[in-house]
Amino acid sequence: MQPSKETLGWMYQTMVTSRRFEEIIEKIYLEGKSPVFNMANGPIPGEMHLSNGQEPVAVGVCAHLNPDDVITATHRPHHQAIAKGVDLNKMAAEIFGKASGLSGGRGGHMHIFDADVNFACSGIIAQGMGPAAGAALSRKLQGKPGVAVAFIGEGAANQGAFHETMNLAAVWKLPMICVIEDNAWGISVAKETATAVKRNDVRAAAYGIPGHYIEGNDPWKIYEVAGEAIARARAGEGPTLIEVETYRLAGHFMGDAEGYRPEGEKDGLFAKDPIPAMRKRLEGEGAFTAPELDALEAEAAEAVETAIRFARESADAKPEDALTAVFA
Amino acid sequence: MENERKLTIARAMAESIAQEMRIDPTVFVMGEDIADLGGVFGNTRGLADEFGKERIRDTPISETGFIGAAVGAAQDGMRPVVELMFVDFFGVCFDAIYNLMAKNTYFSGGNFKVPMVLMTSTGGGYSDAGQHSQCLYGSFAHLPGMKVVSPSNAYDAKGLMTAAIRDNNPVIYMFHKGLQGMGWLGTEAGANVHVPEEAYEVEIGKAAIVREGSDVTIVSIAMGVHHALKAAKALEADGISAEVVDLRSLVPLDRETVRASVRKTGRLIVVDEDYHSYGVSGEIIATVCEADDLTLKAPPRRIAYPDVPIPFARVMEQYCLPNAEKVVAAAREICRSAVTA
Ligand SMILES: Cc1ncc(C[n+]2csc(CCOP(=O)(O)OP(=O)(O)O)c2C)c(N)n1
Ligand SMILES: [Mg+2]
Repeated sequence: MQPSKETLGWMYQTMVTSRRFEEIIEKIYLEGKSPVFNMANGPIPGEMHLSNGQEPVAVGVCAHLNPDDVITATHRPHHQAIAKGVDLNKMAAEIFGKASGLSGGRGGHMHIFDADVNFACSGIIAQGMGPAAGAALSRKLQGKPGVAVAFIGEGAANQGAFHETMNLAAVWKLPMICVIEDNAWGISVAKETATAVKRNDVRAAAYGIPGHYIEGNDPWKIYEVAGEAIARARAGEGPTLIEVETYRLAGHFMGDAEGYRPEGEKDGLFAKDPIPAMRKRLEGEGAFTAPELDALEAEAAEAVETAIRFARESADAKPEDALTAVFA
Repeated sequence: MENERKLTIARAMAESIAQEMRIDPTVFVMGEDIADLGGVFGNTRGLADEFGKERIRDTPISETGFIGAAVGAAQDGMRPVVELMFVDFFGVCFDAIYNLMAKNTYFSGGNFKVPMVLMTSTGGGYSDAGQHSQCLYGSFAHLPGMKVVSPSNAYDAKGLMTAAIRDNNPVIYMFHKGLQGMGWLGTEAGANVHVPEEAYEVEIGKAAIVREGSDVTIVSIAMGVHHALKAAKALEADGISAEVVDLRSLVPLDRETVRASVRKTGRLIVVDEDYHSYGVSGEIIATVCEADDLTLKAPPRRIAYPDVPIPFARVMEQYCLPNAEKVVAAAREICRSAVTA
């Protein structure tokens, strides 16, 4: 299964959108946080988990999804949200805590919820697993089309909810896919010191389902493997477990000194930055001309600027609105 | 004093753990990011260098596994100190905590002991939203079988940790992020106080009168104590004399110190960063109302977190959080008679 030119263009442009979005968020996040870095300050307070470097996973999977398919995401959700088509303006406004945000400022960056495209988050590790299985079950029981994808980190595969839900999805043959983004780190803890197996795809055997490991953060391979898994799920053949090697180019969250990384690791990762790599291949294979790619990039940058402007110019959340929306 | 050694709560906790580990080989520490990183909130910093990674163990993100493992190790003669990084994560591991850790002593009629410490961060104020900002004091203190402590300053932090490690029972040790002395979370300067070098215990179950007064008693714990102290200072200008009680422990609860104070002042305000309903604030008010020999001069007040999940947006969160101004306003209302008299 190879992506069409149109799909490739969408994948590349979406990766760029996500990256530009985070580059601007990163800059604004630091406003008001110097000379003393205090998380509570600035136009974007709180924790900030960037996904730069991990964009190929989001686009390779989401290229096969429709708005009515379901995604559950994590504390690191920007790339997946953008690839799923979450409203970028409202998402930016949410990250700024504005009244015009997706949740009116109640959720913030770790709790991106957009019912229009069936996108939800949890900042509690692996807790997207159950809801993804539940959405898949609901589609099956209601005879409605659609699959559910749970994105988690490699660290989350050591959490009970991961194992319980994989078994559930397998034994009920649910249209669900679990995609593990293996960025080698769970905060400061390296995968090899926390996980008993080298690769989590082997754990699929414990649930009697297919498992795949994708090396190299490669958008084409991710597209291919995810496409097969999603087609399988749509055909009623049950869940698949996919782990993708990817790179966390930033710290765990902003402000992380990253002292736990072996020397030189970051340089090596930047050398493998998936965005220039994809551009090079698209041009090299003659799929796109340089001006075509420039145009895609320019469009992406414009969408991001519009979103950030919308967020900046929106009114703050009203303090007393904190007391509303507890119940439906 | 000039050469008083002031520590942050984070350093005081680490110092206590280190001192106990030096004299007791059964003490060890488990949790996420506690070894090389020294704990996300700094309370295990330096321990891996001194004690190595066998006794200072980074865990996988498997709370139900490693907290359950701490119960088993404690029952087998060790004294584990485990960290649940944020108290909000209790959802993924509560069975190990309240069905095993808290009940095995009772179920076994005392032939099993569970001498372990579960340390966990609490509190908000820095826009981390509703899965990373709760206090949940009431949720833990409600369930029998585990002691619950929460320091407001570094002196108590060290002494309570030492007492908790030496205790033959499970102790939930809740430290407030805003008091940790970690710059990136902002810092309440009042939490950094003199801490003696030598090991000492602060008795679990004993409250402290941290400021004496005669018109109103303000009862609180952890961050709330600092709001109460600031409010008490501001109230001086109104001629209102406020007494501040730092509970320090929620289980056992030092009801007598609270009652003795309110007997004297006749007025009560409870400051609690946990949710308003079914929590510490209600328990303290009930404690006072249940005393036969105690008449309140005004209805009791509570400054607590409203019964809503904690929002991200700063203006929303700050609106909900207790603060000194809210305490001052409540005190002025219920002390009106004291001032005019
Ligand atoms: C149940 C639970 N335990 C611990 C945490 C704290 N925590 C937040 S992110 C994280 C590391 C997650 O690692 P991974 O799953 O690999 O995702 P990544 O951050 O690498 O994207 C941890 C331990 C949490 N949010 N929830
Ligand atoms: Mg990871």
